Amino acid sequence: MADIKVAAYICKGCGLGERLDTDALVKVAQKDGKVPLVKSHDFLCNADGVAMIKNDIANEGVTHIMIGACSRRAKTEAFFFPENAVARANLREGVIWIRPDTDEARETTQDMAEDYIRMGCAEVKAMTTPEGNANTGSNKTLLVVGGGVTGMTAAIEASKTGYPVVLVEKSGELGGWAGKLYKRTPVHEPFKSPADTGVADLASQVMADSNIKVYLNATVAKTDGAPGRFVVDIATESGATHTEDIGAIVQATGFTLYDMNKLPELGAGKSPNVVDQAGLEMLAKAAAAGDGVIRRPSDNQPVKSVVFVQCAGQRDASGTHLSYCSGFCCNASIKQAMYFKDANPSIDTTIIYTDLRTPGNGEDFYRSAQEKGVIFTKGKVAEVVPNGNTSTVKFHDLILDDKDAAETDVDLVVLATGQVANSGINIDALTKPQVEGQGGDAATAGTVEVKPISILNLTYRQGPDVPQLKQGFTDSHFICFPYETRRTGIYTAGPVRRPMDMTQAREDATGAALKAIQALENAELGRAAHPRSGDLSFPKVRLEGCTQCKRCTVECPFGAIDEDEKRFPVFNEARCRRCGTCMGACPVRVISFENYSVNSVGAQIKAVDIPDEFSEKPRILILACENDAYPALDMAAMNRNEYSAFVRIIPIRCLGSVNTIWVTDALNAGYDGVMMMGCKSGDEYQCHFVKGSELGRVRMSKIDDTLKTLNLESERVRDLEVAITDIERVPAMINKYAEELAAIGPSPFKGF
Amino acid sequence: MSANTAMAEKYRNNFLKEIEEQVEMGDWVKMCMQCGVCSGSCPTNFQSAWEHPPQELFMMIRAGRREEVLTTTSMWNCTSCYNCIVRCPRKLPITHIMHGIAEYAHRLGKAPKMQPTRFFSGLFWKNATRTGRVNELKLSMGLYFKDGFVQGIKNGMAMQSVALGLMKAKRLSPFELFGGHKCKDQKGIQAMLKKAYDIERSRKAARMAG
Repeated sequence: MADIKVAAYICKGCGLGERLDTDALVKVAQKDGKVPLVKSHDFLCNADGVAMIKNDIANEGVTHIMIGACSRRAKTEAFFFPENAVARANLREGVIWIRPDTDEARETTQDMAEDYIRMGCAEVKAMTTPEGNANTGSNKTLLVVGGGVTGMTAAIEASKTGYPVVLVEKSGELGGWAGKLYKRTPVHEPFKSPADTGVADLASQVMADSNIKVYLNATVAKTDGAPGRFVVDIATESGATHTEDIGAIVQATGFTLYDMNKLPELGAGKSPNVVDQAGLEMLAKAAAAGDGVIRRPSDNQPVKSVVFVQCAGQRDASGTHLSYCSGFCCNASIKQAMYFKDANPSIDTTIIYTDLRTPGNGEDFYRSAQEKGVIFTKGKVAEVVPNGNTSTVKFHDLILDDKDAAETDVDLVVLATGQVANSGINIDALTKPQVEGQGGDAATAGTVEVKPISILNLTYRQGPDVPQLKQGFTDSHFICFPYETRRTGIYTAGPVRRPMDMTQAREDATGAALKAIQALENAELGRAAHPRSGDLSFPKVRLEGCTQCKRCTVECPFGAIDEDEKRFPVFNEARCRRCGTCMGACPVRVISFENYSVNSVGAQIKAVDIPDEFSEKPRILILACENDAYPALDMAAMNRNEYSAFVRIIPIRCLGSVNTIWVTDALNAGYDGVMMMGCKSGDEYQCHFVKGSELGRVRMSKIDDTLKTLNLESERVRDLEVAITDIERVPAMINKYAEELAAIGPSPFKGF
Repeated sequence: MSANTAMAEKYRNNFLKEIEEQVEMGDWVKMCMQCGVCSGSCPTNFQSAWEHPPQELFMMIRAGRREEVLTTTSMWNCTSCYNCIVRCPRKLPITHIMHGIAEYAHRLGKAPKMQPTRFFSGLFWKNATRTGRVNELKLSMGLYFKDGFVQGIKNGMAMQSVALGLMKAKRLSPFELFGGHKCKDQKGIQAMLKKAYDIERSRKAARMAG
């Protein structure tokens, strides 16, 4: 910190030289920015310009670099100085591309550029070069939890890549759900008949692989540590506990079928001749072991007619059963109907469906079933009435609009119940009553299915399992980072993540294994996982200032912060994604990053020149999320979508990292308005840090009180949901806000 | 025992199987996936003219609604435009199936007697096979008087100007009412038709029996 030397470089290329007075910018950097070494260059990102900067680093002892050129998202390879602190003033996308090239606009455009130079100089001085984290682990072993198709595939794929694997399976044999199947839906041309499951082959590959260590009849008793240095206790049936050092984890714990006993109206539990899909697989396996004839359980007579009830307890709008479609069951029922038709075409097989959904190459499979004589009836089953050895299936025929349609004398009824994720304990259901002080109300607990057994038994402060989103499936960024969970280095794959079939599960397993490998390699280098991949900075805390309020440990979306016995936060850098939510949460502002801190943003806010109230030049501060809003603004600039010259934009890591002090500082300094741009939050969130934007919004919802104490209008602070595609909308929203602020009038804090 | 009761007896509860075995192209019925593109593509006005659109007929067959399917006028309304065949994603020959079901209903004596398409088909066949040439005057008059004498006069009056125009252009001769023109080899035509009848009858009888 002691001997820093700052240099500022101003580019004249890409039209900057023509549109802006760069000599004036150099003077601003020298005078206002107080930078001793300021140079301009005709074409800064070319070899000559970069060589000039490198020469100054080598010979002039420059440590901190401020580059006034294009957006920080552009020319990142050219302006790559890993040993130095670098700040970028966005003169191209942020100024000349969003302003008209007219004489009237020239003055405000120049004002804008000068402010960005001031901000860049102030920011770079508040930064230090990220040193990287010394506290890294270098374990390269992958732990796979679950020995089903997903788990075995993940283990094999990781092993093929050269990484050792520890596979933990709860039951006594590998195979999981697929191991219970008689056959599977086909995955190869011509997709006409059920095929071998391939589970035996997978299992023998796993057992034969010396790189894969398999624990059967075993569970994970404890998971401690962080990516690259997990310590996992594995409890085996015999009572012995084995400890393994692990680099990253793939959780492939699969699903259980929705309990059909919750469907008495469909005859479940009333007759042995009403089974779920697992029940039919058992019957088919028993038949294959015998004479090949599937018999009804009640009296062992051959089945002559069978009805499949699709969406049993699924896609239920009433909220009693599963609300979603499990996606695999239509193909599974078609497959099971073929068990009968392939053995004996005279057996009546009817599939009653509301919408037949056959993903993958299921359409060919469906057609093949029709050719084989499986009857498909579009209808909604109301009731299954068992009567002796047969049943009557009453349904509403949706094509003929016949409410009293029925299939009578049915020997066997198969209910296609859906997938329920084996995702362990819902830690939100556990913590919510504590947080809100409701004290664990039994009635509210009943609405959430709390599975009593934890899978990973994490020693994390936020709970023993990975967080869930809804319906018990583990939370992940569904669009961008499907395998990521909210625990760095722990990846979920297969039906624990979302309902899926075997083909999808195998793809998932491969993806998750590769992400896990990436995570443990990053962990060794002390680098962040997505979305700030490669970032070497990590949260630093001045513990002497900490008040043990626990907001950082509670709010961290990734459970990276534990607490020690004195309730001080303990940061696990390898678990951290560098979103800065802790920094935004900290009421005493003791958490910061080397290159991103309360001060580095605060200094930029203060560096802006605020004209007095008579100048008719308002100032609007925009804090824009660097993942979506800032790229959207850059793209708006590329399309030359113009917006107000009165805004000053500061990229932030996440809305969650916004500390309220920035907003109050800005308003006190005489800004007319503050606009915050973050990603969509809630169940359909798009935030790259999952909870960051939500937490940021909760924090900002309380800003009204602050505004009242300052005697300011609530319109002076605006929260805007921005997606990366909003390249037309965002400039329009900025201009609209600028007009609204003009109507309110200038801030009373100007000139103090 | 009539042909109908014989068939109903033979197939008992399996109308789909009956259609598959007895109706031309009937084995395609099971392949319908109920998308409804056929109904949406049909140029005839469904709402008023069709009791059951094709995909619904297929579902009724699967549901075993034998009496309803065989007695409906629906498939008789098909104009053979082939739009449905062209568009069917499952490549069902829907037009042919419609005609197949209609023919089967007719064969069993279940088809609605006075349905205009069916009536006209019979009229046309009798007219054309009598002399080997179509007598257009007798054909149109036969159709006009389908619903009785008074309605026949009304229909004729309504078409008066067309008829006069046709006569002026020498496309219609009133003398056709008496005998009319015919093929040269009357015996040969009748022998040929008889042979064709015999072949078809024996083939269908064999199918119905076996």
